Amino acid sequence: MSASYESVLGALAVERPDLLVMTAENRAPIRNLPQALGPRFLDVGICEQTLIGAAAGLALRGRIPVVHALAAFLTMRAFEFVRTDVGIAGLPVKMVGYVPGFLSEANGPTHQAIEDVALMRGIPGVDVICPSDGVELAAALPAAVASPRPCYIRYNPLPPVVTHRTPFRLGRAEVLSEGDGVALLTYGVLLGEADRAGAILAEQGVPVRLVDLRTLSPLDEEAVVAAARQAEMVVTIEDHFKIGGLYSMVAEVLLRHGISRRVHPISLGQRWFKPALLPDVLTYEGFTGAQLATRVLAALRSTDA
Amino acid sequence: MTFAPLLEAPISGAPGGEGAALPALALRVRERVLRMAEGGGCFLGASLSCADLLVHLYTRVLRISPATLGDPDRDYLFLSKGHDVPALYATFAELGFLDPARLANHLSTTDSIYWHPNRSIPGVEFHSGSLGHLLAVALGVAYDIRLRGGSNRVFVILGDGELDEGSVWEACLVASALKLDNLIAVVDRNEFQANVRTEELIPLEPLPAKFRAFGWSCQTVDGHCFECLDDAFSRFPTEAGRPSAVIARTVRGKGCPSLEARADRWFVSLTPAQAEALVAELHGTSGGGIELEGPVVR
Repeated sequence: MSASYESVLGALAVERPDLLVMTAENRAPIRNLPQALGPRFLDVGICEQTLIGAAAGLALRGRIPVVHALAAFLTMRAFEFVRTDVGIAGLPVKMVGYVPGFLSEANGPTHQAIEDVALMRGIPGVDVICPSDGVELAAALPAAVASPRPCYIRYNPLPPVVTHRTPFRLGRAEVLSEGDGVALLTYGVLLGEADRAGAILAEQGVPVRLVDLRTLSPLDEEAVVAAARQAEMVVTIEDHFKIGGLYSMVAEVLLRHGISRRVHPISLGQRWFKPALLPDVLTYEGFTGAQLATRVLAALRSTDA
Repeated sequence: MTFAPLLEAPISGAPGGEGAALPALALRVRERVLRMAEGGGCFLGASLSCADLLVHLYTRVLRISPATLGDPDRDYLFLSKGHDVPALYATFAELGFLDPARLANHLSTTDSIYWHPNRSIPGVEFHSGSLGHLLAVALGVAYDIRLRGGSNRVFVILGDGELDEGSVWEACLVASALKLDNLIAVVDRNEFQANVRTEELIPLEPLPAKFRAFGWSCQTVDGHCFECLDDAFSRFPTEAGRPSAVIARTVRGKGCPSLEARADRWFVSLTPAQAEALVAELHGTSGGGIELEGPVVR
């Protein structure tokens, strides 16, 4: 098992005296940081707007603020502060959205950040990083901190299901298998289920190209184009609304490159998901590996896109 | 933390004396603001209400000069309400921060001087215009200054209408919790929102009690009296361990009777002849009552 989110942040803070960790009273995965960082840990209470504004002020002074807050409130309650104070100024504020997508589990729709990717990628200059597990999260943090750009990271501490072979780089996807039947493009917590789906599909004679996008902005266009050129159908799998997430991005890339290829979206469509514990959410919403395989096979058989 | 004014010039200069004499300087700033309202207009009411405040802060309070704009030990001033930026640019032009010729480029695509603060203009610490942002940004700056053991201070000009924004009070709570006594909020209390009097729409009074209840020290001052401002700004922090609020009582459109305290003189676009007439009012050679035909009120 790799280093935890908390230990990576702690190590980065030791290495970089300019780094601060800030939160809006969301301390669950960083309970030891207040003691370790002293005044370089700043908890502003349940004030997401002030959290982002103050982070911008700290960045003006040459600091690198790593801002940890619930994804739904960080990206939506404070949206205009992110766009105006961080986005317009292009300040290097590193925003980590806690329990994004399906990871909000049983909290209910108020806490479901399933439009966060659409919102954050809509701000010019803000990178969007979606680690598929705790290993990628640990690798993404130093890369994010080293970058001069602002970013939004979809927090994900889950243990890895796949073995990563490609070192993490901003804007680069990891291609995990290279079959030419169907390309599964995904990010974040669904990589493990997509990998299981790939194994089932392969058993059924459908070779799978599995791509872990890792960062959605900048998107690895080469990886998307290669997938569309080599596979018969592209499937986007995401715990996000259909609008503005990976499906939209893939459509934009293929149109720009003049590539006509069937793209089948597996997303939350235009609705919030059933609140429950993660395994039950996956089953209820049809995102387990077996269910994904069935959905992909049905799409392959169907003539509708 | 000691009071160290930038300039030691007297407030009332002897005839033919120092150019930094404040009333004369403020008059020139207002004149420049009126000229900026020609052809396209600007937020004239708010600019004229805080002109004296800006002139006073930049000449007698803030430890900043054109030579120290990038110095991490400078004092900071954030213009949170944003509408008053013509007064800031005019002050900058007078004090050598900005080439005065650039003011003629107001609203032109050949420059970058528009209706709200643009941080690419030297001296503008941050962009604003969306209300309720810069107290939080200033709080971050003030926190970092304290972390580094600096003695510089962070001023934020807030509009009174801006105090409707919840984010202002959020930042007030946090600044108080962090005991940021290097943070000073100056409220331009001209008693107007954009189009309506504050007390008629969303009453703010008792405003000093509100700041005090949020853990701030608070004083009220005549925002057009330089001696009073000298007194108010001469002792910071007023209470150790508390951020300070200064409520500066001002008049919207101050200086021109035709503009003063009128709800329909918020955003005004002037013809050159109207600007000329208002400049005459400013100098007291015309008593007011100027008809502004077709002022644009946004």
